[in-house]
Amino acid sequence: MSEQTHQRLTPAPPSGQLIDSPRFPVAAKHELGNAQQRANLRHATHTIRDKRARVVGELDNWEQLRLAGEAIKNKVLRNLPDHLVRLEASLTANGATVHWARDAAEANRIVVGLVQATGSHEVVKVKSMATQEIELNEALEDAGIAAWETDLAELIVQLGHDRPSHILVPAIHRNRTEVRDIFREEMGRYGTPAPPDLDDNPANLANAARGHLRDKFMRAKVAVSGANFAIADTGSLVVVESEGNGRMCLTLPDTLISVVGVEKVLPSFDDLEVFLQLLPRSSTAERMNPYTSIWSGRREGDGPQDVHVVLLDNGRTRALADREGRQALRCIRCSACLNICPVFEKVGGHAYGSVYPGPIGAILNPQIRGTASEVDRSLPFASTLCGACGDVCPVRIPIPELLVHLRHEVVEAKKADHGVHLPHAEPLMMRSGGWVMGDHRRLEAAQRASTLGGGLLGRFTDHLGPLPWPLSAWTSARDVPTPPTETFREWWRRVRGDDPGPAASGDTPAGHTPEETR
Amino acid sequence: MNARDEILARTRAALADVTPSDADVQVPWTYGQPVEVGDVLATFVERVEDYRATVVRCAASELPAAIAAGLKFTGTDKAVVPTGLDPEWLSAATGVRFVSEDAGQLGNDDLNRLDGVVTAAAVGIAETGTIVLDHGPGQGRRALTLVPDRHVCVITAEQVVSGVPEAVARLRPSIAARRPLTWISGPSATSDIELSRVEGVHGPRQLYVIVVG
Repeated sequence: MSEQTHQRLTPAPPSGQLIDSPRFPVAAKHELGNAQQRANLRHATHTIRDKRARVVGELDNWEQLRLAGEAIKNKVLRNLPDHLVRLEASLTANGATVHWARDAAEANRIVVGLVQATGSHEVVKVKSMATQEIELNEALEDAGIAAWETDLAELIVQLGHDRPSHILVPAIHRNRTEVRDIFREEMGRYGTPAPPDLDDNPANLANAARGHLRDKFMRAKVAVSGANFAIADTGSLVVVESEGNGRMCLTLPDTLISVVGVEKVLPSFDDLEVFLQLLPRSSTAERMNPYTSIWSGRREGDGPQDVHVVLLDNGRTRALADREGRQALRCIRCSACLNICPVFEKVGGHAYGSVYPGPIGAILNPQIRGTASEVDRSLPFASTLCGACGDVCPVRIPIPELLVHLRHEVVEAKKADHGVHLPHAEPLMMRSGGWVMGDHRRLEAAQRASTLGGGLLGRFTDHLGPLPWPLSAWTSARDVPTPPTETFREWWRRVRGDDPGPAASGDTPAGHTPEETR
Repeated sequence: MNARDEILARTRAALADVTPSDADVQVPWTYGQPVEVGDVLATFVERVEDYRATVVRCAASELPAAIAAGLKFTGTDKAVVPTGLDPEWLSAATGVRFVSEDAGQLGNDDLNRLDGVVTAAAVGIAETGTIVLDHGPGQGRRALTLVPDRHVCVITAEQVVSGVPEAVARLRPSIAARRPLTWISGPSATSDIELSRVEGVHGPRQLYVIVVG
């Protein structure tokens, strides 16, 4: 599929850095050109939406659970230093070694160092957003350590020289036939090959993944994971998964390194009763996911005896400093907001230029990465503000409100960049719009002008594509219907000419009779 | 400043606007309550079966025969026996070779050559069809219920609770004893291809549950 660069241990991802991705509208246009991907996404997102609605509907107290989840997370975030110190103490008491990482580079240095200390040249990985975020796999590769993704979707992405496009199902943009082709082509280069007669039946594809990864699990000395929750009072980490690849990684190797965002802490083990109800139903739309592992540091005679936890900041404290924006740190990475989003459904995850796509990515990335990059500045605008994401969020993050809040932040950041207040097209248009609408004569004149254009254009097309600046700011990502050939006021006069109505101002042409009643 | 102190300092600075009353968040939730599921055992059986696991019920006196039937049904020839499992449980399974870890832990490859395991359980959850192992006596270290492809799991009626909150409350002593917990809801599965569920990936592909009493 792709060129083998010299001496790489694992499949090379696409070249370039995510942070250098183009602005969302530019990337979206590119992604929308992929009809196969659009079909795959539509099928997958609609399937999971319906399933989620069904399992959430089973619980009478769903709203109470959401309120509890929101409150627990708020409690954590507003007292984060205390909870982190408690977590560190309890993990340490349980025999784990706790490390702290200010940013991605520091986290990668710590993990690489820990793996090197074991003498191992490979690690097996549990699907983890935090390690995707810090691009740990490439840091390990650079250090001569092969990182094997073991989650089925992550395996598809890794073997496909691809990037994840969804938080829960990173290969959601691929269909079964594409997966079969990737497995047949690539598996043999990195271990046990796919059966030569592999077809595209998902059960057989899952079985091929089992066969490919089995000896990697059996021989692995080191595993790297994230965690869904870190429990402060008992010093436990929680990993929620489906396939058993997580259990393999968390159980069989001698050394386990878990990279955990500082916002993942929960005060108490008891809080799991809320989150283990909210997460599976919102995420895979199941009453419960197949496997949840909970471990408290090192356990004599059971599992890894060398246990490390890397607590990761990497922009989280920046987000925490924003009174409004810090609410995004409640996120439990369920991906319900992606699955319900009309924009994500069409565009897919790659256009967001981050491992966190969709509505949550649109509010999380500009906060944890900042608004210096083109893509991060564009993300708060990658939404129709329809509100569906906020409605499904299990921890009640007001995503639409935060999008508006961050749009303001982006505008402020741009202004600060330019040093002066540059005229912006939108306020100008709003001001002139206000002037036109402030007087009915001006409005009618403007409307007549527009129907003229509509009459002309209507013969050729039913919509307008890109328009020249400043309207291009609007039409670069949207089609505009051609203006109607008759305004409402003209229609009213034509149809109801004899009835001035309460709003009419007496200048209705006399002697005009309605042709029809509608 | 080292990374720990710097992150904690950043965190404190980030929260400078939070007043003590803001920080004192009340959680509108009563912990540990039962949930309404009607007949707890019947719901448990139905929900475990929903995951395409096999569930049978038997009286305590019938347990050895039920385990023998489960091993046969799943096609288990060589099974690993967790430390502390009541030997009486296996007395009826005459055709099966049992391997214990009494003489020391099996290596991963040895374990991989066995095709099943028989265990007890800690807690069952009716509403979600979940079995929780706390890896106490009779449940084995975590690898035993993971590497072999078939899991025959025995749970007693008293161990089954209505919902997740009661289960978390019951598991408090296990977590206090620093035991790992494994929550199992059906055989291993994936929804990673087109979001349609397929049973059987890395964990046991067959889960056979015996509810006693």
